[in-house]
Amino acid sequence: MSSPPPSDRRYTRTHEWLRAENDGTYLLGITDHAQSALGDVVFVEVKPAGTAVEAGGSVAVVESVKAASDVYTPFAAEIVAANADLAQRPEVLNQDPYGEGWILRLKPAEGSDPGAGLLDASSYGRSLEDAHD
Amino acid sequence: MSERTPLYDLHRELGARFVDFGGYEMPLHYGSQIEEHHEVRRAAGLFDVAHMGILDLEGPGTTAFLRRLLANDVARIERDGRALYSCLLAEDGGVLDDLIAYRRGEDRYRLVVNAATKNKDEAWIRARAPASVRITRRDDLGLLALQGPASPTLLRQALPGPWDGLRPFAFAEEGDLFVARTGYTGEDGFEIAVAASALEELARRLLAAGARPTGLGARDTLRLEAGLNLSGQDMDPGVNPLESNLGWTVSFDDPERGFIGRAALEEAKRTGPRRRLVGVLLGRRAVLRHDQEVLDEAGRPAGRLTSGGYGPSLDRGLGFARLDEPLRGPYHVLLHGRAEPLELVRLPFVRRGQPAYRPLDLSPPS
Repeated sequence: MSSPPPSDRRYTRTHEWLRAENDGTYLLGITDHAQSALGDVVFVEVKPAGTAVEAGGSVAVVESVKAASDVYTPFAAEIVAANADLAQRPEVLNQDPYGEGWILRLKPAEGSDPGAGLLDASSYGRSLEDAHD
Repeated sequence: MSERTPLYDLHRELGARFVDFGGYEMPLHYGSQIEEHHEVRRAAGLFDVAHMGILDLEGPGTTAFLRRLLANDVARIERDGRALYSCLLAEDGGVLDDLIAYRRGEDRYRLVVNAATKNKDEAWIRARAPASVRITRRDDLGLLALQGPASPTLLRQALPGPWDGLRPFAFAEEGDLFVARTGYTGEDGFEIAVAASALEELARRLLAAGARPTGLGARDTLRLEAGLNLSGQDMDPGVNPLESNLGWTVSFDDPERGFIGRAALEEAKRTGPRRRLVGVLLGRRAVLRHDQEVLDEAGRPAGRLTSGGYGPSLDRGLGFARLDEPLRGPYHVLLHGRAEPLELVRLPFVRRGQPAYRPLDLSPPS
């Protein structure tokens, strides 16, 4: 039923994904597993562009019919922009979590290591299977 | 250990995500509860409500017994084939459950009660019934709800019968088949009892005719928008119907009718209600949550939300709040640390697909 995590990005243990873009920024979203657990998304609130956030800090809240859930950045970063589409059509996050349902764009802070501690797609996929055991 | 209804395998086949409700493993949704909600307002949805309880009561003295058992008066049912909504109260006026009583004949009734309370209800009723009243728990039957404006057309197609053209709160029977024009969504629709062994076949026929499978997630937002209480959540044994926006369902008309809880409710009326259940609405798309605290202008606690959610048909956060009397608005809730004003409204929020709420007058109820 659920789509496998794409291999062109990395994952956190708290079910975010991060994809490096050509301009040095990162797109951040939540995984298919996360959107499925949350249920229908009602709205997404992203901190304002320009906000600096420490590693592990909250950058957005995804509010679904079931729960409000913080979204975290795994590395220190500045918020560049939010996905404006989600303000009008939050259901896109449920329908296409790895594509059009991206949540925000981050610029890593000077000296932060965006790769540190992240999982690749197969490790993330295995961590989900382990959780089911 | 969770129980399952006869439709469990069908739900799995349809890709349901499950949730525990009233001790049953029930479908929460089949993909998107918001889409299911809209489909019921637009066309028709099919709900598995086989977790609910059916009790048949018959025999000499049944009418007299129900007039004592229930807060609403079954003598108000005009004729056979009509139904009545009522609370089941404790002696102190607390709400044990709500139910629908269907009058099937002289001293013959069917009660449909909630899943989580059906065992307690049955024990409560048996303990009070005279020997002449026979009580039969109908676990051999299953229940479906077909709800939405397209329901009459779908039903005619999938299950032709004497229920064609029923009025709201009327019902008709043919053998084990029992079809009532009742529901829990604020839309036109039917609740259908049938032999449990035939439930899946009937469900498949209604789905084939075009009804969309609809889970408990949409059932909750539909009933919230329709201003309908959920037993055990918006009312329970700790509150009385007057504090639950259900005063209209208590019949005091016959002074001779000593129904269970009457003395306590009359005392509560004399002293004036301490709390009131009202509809609350946010000004924007957001989600209210069960048990959130409601604050007055000075930031003092003024009550709590008994139910909360996101209303897809209004595209706003909404819910029910039980507030201390006298009301002293304006009120707000804190959402993620921010004060969000609450508009107080007369329920329902939505009826037959259209916004139906009106501002609530804050003066004491007459």
